[in-house]
Amino acid sequence: MSDYALFLGCVIPNRYPGIEVAMRRIAPSLGMTLYEMDGASCCPAPGVTRSFDSQTWLTLAARNICIAEALGKNVLTMCNGCYASLKEANAILKNDPAKRGAVNKFLGEVGKSFRGSIEVKHIVEVLYNEVGLEKVKSIAKRPLKLKAAVHYGCHILKPSELREWKSHERPIFLDELVAALGLESVEYQDKMLCCGAGGGVRSGVPEVGLDMTKEKLTHITRTGADVIVNCCPLCHLQFDRGQVEIKQNLGETFRIPVLHYLQLLGISAGLTIDEVGAKAHNISLETLAGRI
Amino acid sequence: MSTSSLLGGNVIRSEDLQAQFVEEIVKAGGEKIRLCFQCGTCTGSCPSGRRTAFKTRQLIAKSLLGLREEVLHDKNLWTCTSCYTCTERCPRGIDVTNLIFIIRNIAVGSGLILEGHKVALGYLIKTGHLVPITDSYMKLRGELGLEEVPPTTSKHGEGLKEFQQLVSKLQFDRLAAGRGG
Repeated sequence: MSDYALFLGCVIPNRYPGIEVAMRRIAPSLGMTLYEMDGASCCPAPGVTRSFDSQTWLTLAARNICIAEALGKNVLTMCNGCYASLKEANAILKNDPAKRGAVNKFLGEVGKSFRGSIEVKHIVEVLYNEVGLEKVKSIAKRPLKLKAAVHYGCHILKPSELREWKSHERPIFLDELVAALGLESVEYQDKMLCCGAGGGVRSGVPEVGLDMTKEKLTHITRTGADVIVNCCPLCHLQFDRGQVEIKQNLGETFRIPVLHYLQLLGISAGLTIDEVGAKAHNISLETLAGRI
Repeated sequence: MSTSSLLGGNVIRSEDLQAQFVEEIVKAGGEKIRLCFQCGTCTGSCPSGRRTAFKTRQLIAKSLLGLREEVLHDKNLWTCTSCYTCTERCPRGIDVTNLIFIIRNIAVGSGLILEGHKVALGYLIKTGHLVPITDSYMKLRGELGLEEVPPTTSKHGEGLKEFQQLVSKLQFDRLAAGRGG
């Protein structure tokens, strides 16, 4: 199925809109048609909602899924957190009649009902499993000779029970997607370490999250990587804005540009760094501009 | 030498134990907590535990013992980034991350919520987004050829109204303000 209900979430449309631009501009060449999920809210976030009240998390996620059900399209997310919330809520509600009943009682108040008629997918999952590496290569107009530190982010991989990746400890799919665009994916210490933002840590105990981000940036810097490539806007924000926060709070300086895979794919397909939203970045993408 | 000095003074007194705490956890879906045999794989895998006093195994042990107040008031409970490494590696098949969510739910139900989270939830309830749109990002969206206001609850008032109606029915506004359940 190449028709999707595009779930925007919060961080992409409201902080890094260049990721949304890349998605919308690339979709036609991938044979994808995107439909708007009018009136969708935050997924809501697994950390900063599910942690507080699981019934609220499940009900508000179900409301978003209902919007896609009304369109009759599978949900497409560009964010690991949105993916985690919507995919897990969808699975819980499809498999647990008691929970579905409880949620539908709330949804009835606003004239909605969860039916369980669609799937939730992440763009990277669609690119790797459905579009395929060959097609991804074919839309790349210019090979990018850059060294990339690939960061998966936790929720594209785990909990593995609900996902079909071959490995969640040593995955290769994002590295392969990055390599398909001509970049070299470098190995680095503790590659699978969390970015530090999730679980409500960024908003609740930011100093703990930044310490984790700093550890990861230290390992990445040692490899001489030109760019961090991610597939989650919260990890993206934690690395990009986090470098400024680390400088302010911990006095250490890192200067490594951060790109969501969709931005990388967009640049590779011919978009400029300005078109993929360079202006929204805290760490300038100019160093990349000279090399592409 | 007295027992208390051997234990460094950290004596657990029976009057501090609330045995029903584990029942609260079980009732909320955490029945597998009883399977824990304290191997410590969770603690050994935890990226937050490497840099804070958060010890997942200890959280489970304290919960099983019934040290309810100590568990719920410990700020370290909020250092879990939900990376799910403990869940994936637990040899007893316990969904440890979800167990942490359940314990956090009980804390929030008791009115225990961090200031930073209150602020974030304030945005969520007001706009439908934890990270709301601002004027400068609307301008940037326009420059990039996108609709200035994204077609979410930011643009659709009816959608936001629905969202807020649900928040209110769920009494999530009370919880988010730290007023408990």
